[in-house]
Amino acid sequence: MILTKAQYDEIAQCLVSVPPTRQSLRKLKQRFPSQSQATLLSIFSQEYQKHIKRTHAKHHTLEAIESYYQRYLNGVLKNGAAPVLLELANEVDYAPSLMARIILERFLQEHEETPPSKSVINSMLRDPSQIPDGVLANQVYQCTVNDCCYGPLVDCIKHAIGHEHEVLLRDLLLEKNLSFLDEDQLRAKGYDKTPDFILQVPVAVEGHIIHWIESKASFGDECSHHAYLHDQFWSYWNSSELEHHHCCGSSFITAASQCHLT
Amino acid sequence: MAAVLESLLREEVSVAAAVRWIARRTQSSEDSPGEAAVLRSLRPLRKEFVPFLLNFLREQSCRVLPQGPPTPAKAPGASATLPGRPGGPPRGGRGARSQLFPPPEPPSPAAEAPLARRGGRRRGPAPARERGSRGPGGPEEGVGGESLPWAGARRLRGSGSPSSPSLALCDPPNLSNLEEFPPVGSVPPGPAGTKPSRRINPTPVSEERSLSKPKTCFTSPPISCVPSSQPSALDTSPWGLGLPPGCRSLQEEREMLRKERSKQLQQSPTPSCPTPESGSPLPSRTGSLTDEAADPARVSSRQRLELVALVYSSCIAENLVPNLFLELFFVLQLLTARRMVAAKDSDLEPGPGVLESVGSPLFQSIHDCVFFAVRVLERQFPVLSYLDKGTLKLLAENERLLCFSPALQGRLRAAYEGSVAKVSLVMLPSAQAVSFQPETDNRANFSSDRAFHTFKKQRDVFYEVLREWEDHHEEPGWDFEKGLGSRIRAMMGQLSAACSHSHFVRLFQKQLLQMCQSPGGAGGTVLGEAPDVLSMLGADKLGRLRRLQERLVAPQSSGGPCPPPTFPGCQGFFRDFILSASSFQFNQHLMDSLSLKIRELNGLTLPPHEPNDDEGEADVDWQGERRQFAMVLLSLRLLAKFLGFVAFLPYRGPEPPPTRELQDSILALRSQVPPVLDVRTLLWQGLRARRAVLTVPWLVEFLSFADHIVPLLDYYRSIFSLLLHLHRSLVLAQEREGEMCFLNKLLLLAVLGWLFQIPTVPEDLFFSEEDQSDGFQVDAVSSEYGLDSVPVVDQQLLYTCCPYIGELRKLLASWVSGSSGRSGGFVRKITPTTTTGLGAQPPQTSQGLQAQLAQAFFHNQPPSLRRTVEFVAERIGSNCVKHIKATLVADLVRQAEALLQEQLVAQGQEGGEAAQLVESLCSQLCPHGAQALTQGREFCQKKSPGAVRALLPEETPAAVLSSAENIAVGLATEKACTWLSANITALIRREVKAAVSRILRAQGPEPAVRGERRGCSRACEHHAPLPSHLISEIKDVLSLAAGPRDPEEGVPPEHLEQLLGQLGQTLQCRQFLCPPAEQHLAKCSVELASLLVADKIPILGPPAQRRLERGQARRLLHMLLSLWKEDFQAPVPLRLLLSPRNVGLLADTRPREWDLLLFLLRELVEKGLMGRMEIEACLGSLRAAQWPEDFSEELATLFNLFLTEPPLPEPQLRACELVQPNRGTVLAQS
Repeated sequence: MILTKAQYDEIAQCLVSVPPTRQSLRKLKQRFPSQSQATLLSIFSQEYQKHIKRTHAKHHTLEAIESYYQRYLNGVLKNGAAPVLLELANEVDYAPSLMARIILERFLQEHEETPPSKSVINSMLRDPSQIPDGVLANQVYQCTVNDCCYGPLVDCIKHAIGHEHEVLLRDLLLEKNLSFLDEDQLRAKGYDKTPDFILQVPVAVEGHIIHWIESKASFGDECSHHAYLHDQFWSYWNSSELEHHHCCGSSFITAASQCHLT
Repeated sequence: MAAVLESLLREEVSVAAAVRWIARRTQSSEDSPGEAAVLRSLRPLRKEFVPFLLNFLREQSCRVLPQGPPTPAKAPGASATLPGRPGGPPRGGRGARSQLFPPPEPPSPAAEAPLARRGGRRRGPAPARERGSRGPGGPEEGVGGESLPWAGARRLRGSGSPSSPSLALCDPPNLSNLEEFPPVGSVPPGPAGTKPSRRINPTPVSEERSLSKPKTCFTSPPISCVPSSQPSALDTSPWGLGLPPGCRSLQEEREMLRKERSKQLQQSPTPSCPTPESGSPLPSRTGSLTDEAADPARVSSRQRLELVALVYSSCIAENLVPNLFLELFFVLQLLTARRMVAAKDSDLEPGPGVLESVGSPLFQSIHDCVFFAVRVLERQFPVLSYLDKGTLKLLAENERLLCFSPALQGRLRAAYEGSVAKVSLVMLPSAQAVSFQPETDNRANFSSDRAFHTFKKQRDVFYEVLREWEDHHEEPGWDFEKGLGSRIRAMMGQLSAACSHSHFVRLFQKQLLQMCQSPGGAGGTVLGEAPDVLSMLGADKLGRLRRLQERLVAPQSSGGPCPPPTFPGCQGFFRDFILSASSFQFNQHLMDSLSLKIRELNGLTLPPHEPNDDEGEADVDWQGERRQFAMVLLSLRLLAKFLGFVAFLPYRGPEPPPTRELQDSILALRSQVPPVLDVRTLLWQGLRARRAVLTVPWLVEFLSFADHIVPLLDYYRSIFSLLLHLHRSLVLAQEREGEMCFLNKLLLLAVLGWLFQIPTVPEDLFFSEEDQSDGFQVDAVSSEYGLDSVPVVDQQLLYTCCPYIGELRKLLASWVSGSSGRSGGFVRKITPTTTTGLGAQPPQTSQGLQAQLAQAFFHNQPPSLRRTVEFVAERIGSNCVKHIKATLVADLVRQAEALLQEQLVAQGQEGGEAAQLVESLCSQLCPHGAQALTQGREFCQKKSPGAVRALLPEETPAAVLSSAENIAVGLATEKACTWLSANITALIRREVKAAVSRILRAQGPEPAVRGERRGCSRACEHHAPLPSHLISEIKDVLSLAAGPRDPEEGVPPEHLEQLLGQLGQTLQCRQFLCPPAEQHLAKCSVELASLLVADKIPILGPPAQRRLERGQARRLLHMLLSLWKEDFQAPVPLRLLLSPRNVGLLADTRPREWDLLLFLLRELVEKGLMGRMEIEACLGSLRAAQWPEDFSEELATLFNLFLTEPPLPEPQLRACELVQPNRGTVLAQS
């Protein structure tokens, strides 16, 4: 399914400073009934990530962290069962999972002698029952499970989508009898940077020559698309272009599925 | 200038800042303000610093290297600023070249000769004699007096030492007095012994002298650079390639002796000063030497030497010096200096507290020289490490180097051991006639029968002339012009029609290419004859014979570290032919043809050199590409050389125009003439496309024949400027990604450095170039990979293009042979093998003969046949290697895997060290690699003929076809087997190693899980819901349960059931499932179970029943249990069910219901998902947590209940289910 740039922009327009929660997503779905939840979520996620990238720094100043932590402490002191952390995140317009991370980190700093390692924090976010404080564990869990743009579960969903689409793509390629080398084969041959698939015989799709296909579980908006190409492949692909990532569908399966058209 | 050195020595300025300053970079922030101030004040002198430094070093070293002609340094005079030479007359023009080493030699006969010859067409060495006989009263003496070496002059001023060097001025030695030149070793008579006089052995003056101690090369080109191809003394030659051999009279030798002597007198600062050393014979390259041993402990001013060495090295590294290899040569000269000429005068030595300044001589002893040289060499290690193996060996075995810097010696030794760059300096001409070219040379291409006939006749004449030259040109007294000139001119006279000219030029050019470009010694016949004899020697002895031949045949010297352009070997024939023919039409056609061919070859494209799969196999193909590049490059250089020669021939003269007006008028005239080939555009294109490594070397050859006016023309000036910028940009230390490869850079630096030393290139060109950084912005965007970043140059090509680099080796070798007494026979003797029993052995059908037959075969066939056969051989050979890898090697790897598995089983999981395993496996398997050759041979045998047949035209005669097939088979086999025999063991080893590490890794964690992995069933159509979708759905449920939620939000009970059903499908169809997704699903399912147990899932429905029915919950738990038991392949974190957090969920519910938890726990045990003990442990640790009082009690009860009741049959479970949901009853029941 191809999504036009205008459609994308329209959806993105509705997402300005909306908290990344279940409720927001539900409203979005009501607003755009013709789009699938996956598509909407993907756009939401992408736009929200841009927003976070812009504002990330201001939430990580020492003063900000301290004030968040104090507000959290006061909040749970009043009522440990209330969604203190989640509401705090929504109030300061920051992702709940990331807020949970800030508070957890701060908490551990206070209670442990050594500063907590990143892997410890990640592990606690994945499994809050490891958090020594029961109240905080519940608060953190509430944040991660309610966040639809960040957090371990969202990461896993993204990873799973990427994998699924790779499998779909492989099936399509096999179905269309296109000979290809996949990432593992390429790695075995000693390439350090690899796209998902290299076509051993290039194909033409809508006038573009396609040498390779990369499936990404995120939207190929212009910015990330260019950055991605730059980081990964421009270094060794001369002139092969696959501009199909550009605003097409909820994934780039389309690039491959169009192959049979030509 | 000296001021800069002074401030460096006084440490006012850091070396880094100084080099930045010299390099005309913008001032760096690293410079301290003090430094900046010092340097700013010296700004006007900046341009002159490097020449000053080079001059300074040369002058300082002249006491050490007195006997040899100085190392040339083409630096414009900076002498006026020398402290010791206030009145040094600024010398212009040619004099500047040698002004470092006063006095300039008299214009050498060879350089002068052309003028005379051109004027009078006189023959023989007469002009040389005329010139030379100007005698000691000539201008050189006078100049010598003025330009004393600096140190000497200082002493003159400071101490008024009576030992005035001007002695040489007023008392010219009586050259004809043999008493003043006693033979070496004879006792000097009486007081005359104070004079360092000796008889110079007549022989070394000529060839021998030029071996390793080059003369100021341009003013006196080396005599007879290439003994084997001694050009005849052709009067018309403007090149003055030295004296004809064999007509050297005693008179002439005297002449040379005398010059040599006068030079020495002037070069040693205290020629007549009685010193302890002066009585002993001066160092000489012949005879026994007592070299001064260099001792690191006796270095006089370390710090100062260190500093100067650092500045000097930095200048070299930044390419601020014109010629890298010249400087290296100079440094090696210092390293191998035999002894100091003058003794240290006591007043020379700096007092202990006196600040060391530039004022005292830099090199006060051999120790200083060696110390300095070693310091510089240390910094030049990267360049050294790329030299050929022979040079590395000589360097690594140099005892002085070892003594002064064991670390450098170690690195050199390591580089030597790792080097594969065996370079053969011998270039074997293969004089094969160009075959008749049926495509172009047939009747249809000629205007008439007569023209065709004439052409054929000319062809014959040409080859006749060539044969005659081959037979006679080495004979003494034979003269090209006398022997062949008239015949050539007669032949040219017959070429009337333009079309005949073009035919002949094509033949000429082809013959030129065929004879003169020697592709790196490959395929040349040893000794050029008698292959049947050679074949009996066997490969090993053949190698030795080659080495012997090389030593005998290879030009001993290419004329110092920067020789003038020459025409070695067969090239001499073509040059002389052009000169003798002196035909305008011929020259014009030749230029056209050469230009066309150059353009064609310059467009060479090589397939992109990717980091291909396996080095080994890529190597097979890549060597071919590299060889092709070398061929093309050498051809281009040859063609460009001749193009330059012919194009600038009419303007060529030995000297620049005498007056400014004349020069201006010539300039005005010449600027009208369009360039013969638009080299500027080609250079630009080359730089843009990053193909400088191909374009610049031939362009340099072309420009090396330019006349004096050329560099002044705007068109060519811009080329030189581009080349200068390129030279500066080729900093060897910078190795960025996508940059030029090291050896490519080295080649360009070598050829450019050589070009900058050519006499016709103005000496101030290099140093006067201002604003270096501007204008050189070649935007190399046009191609992603240029040839520059491909490693196309190897040492063989480097040394072939720049034989003068070999001078380094010769210099080092001569040091060794000179001190052979100490190092013990360094130069090994090759004992010639006699071919005894030559007659007895039956003449075998030798390889050599076979090769000749093949050559002959191709000679008579169209060139496409040869290309086809070579192509087939190339590809089949390469495929053969791949085939062996896919079959034999793969089999061996499988065997290795089987063996390894056996071993692992035998030894348990402990496989031992991976390295040991690989070792033992390889020792078992590598012997099988020998089969590779047999199999490879079979493969080539089988595959080649078909390919040849498919590629050759149908009408190819059967005999030709079968010969072509056989040759293809032979070549392919040779190629494949050469590679296989060299690499098969390494290949097997590598593959086995990879297999072992793969297996060991697979052995590593959780082998059980690995084994159990199942895919989906065959019938599965992969329609199960996607894992991502499921995770997302479950996450929604979890988030609803965790809240906060709106009042109307909830989950329909059937949705839960549906969700678990979908989860089951997804887990059964594993098409889209990846391990992380499965892990998360497992974890989510456990959380779901906990929520079910605690009844925390908000159910959609009428407000009355917002809770799940017991039965429904139990059914869902059953489903989950079954999923955990049957479908999950990843470990399910069931312990989480009993984590304080999840059990804590129960604490909030009122009334609390424990039955579901108890049910779940029992089912877990029943289904074997968790052990009793495990559950007990969890429950035990649960009690340690902090709970409300009542909750703790209930927990304890549950614990007891679980402990006391053995696994119960179904009915009793029901009883549990029937328990009323209030705490009292639960307790009552227990």
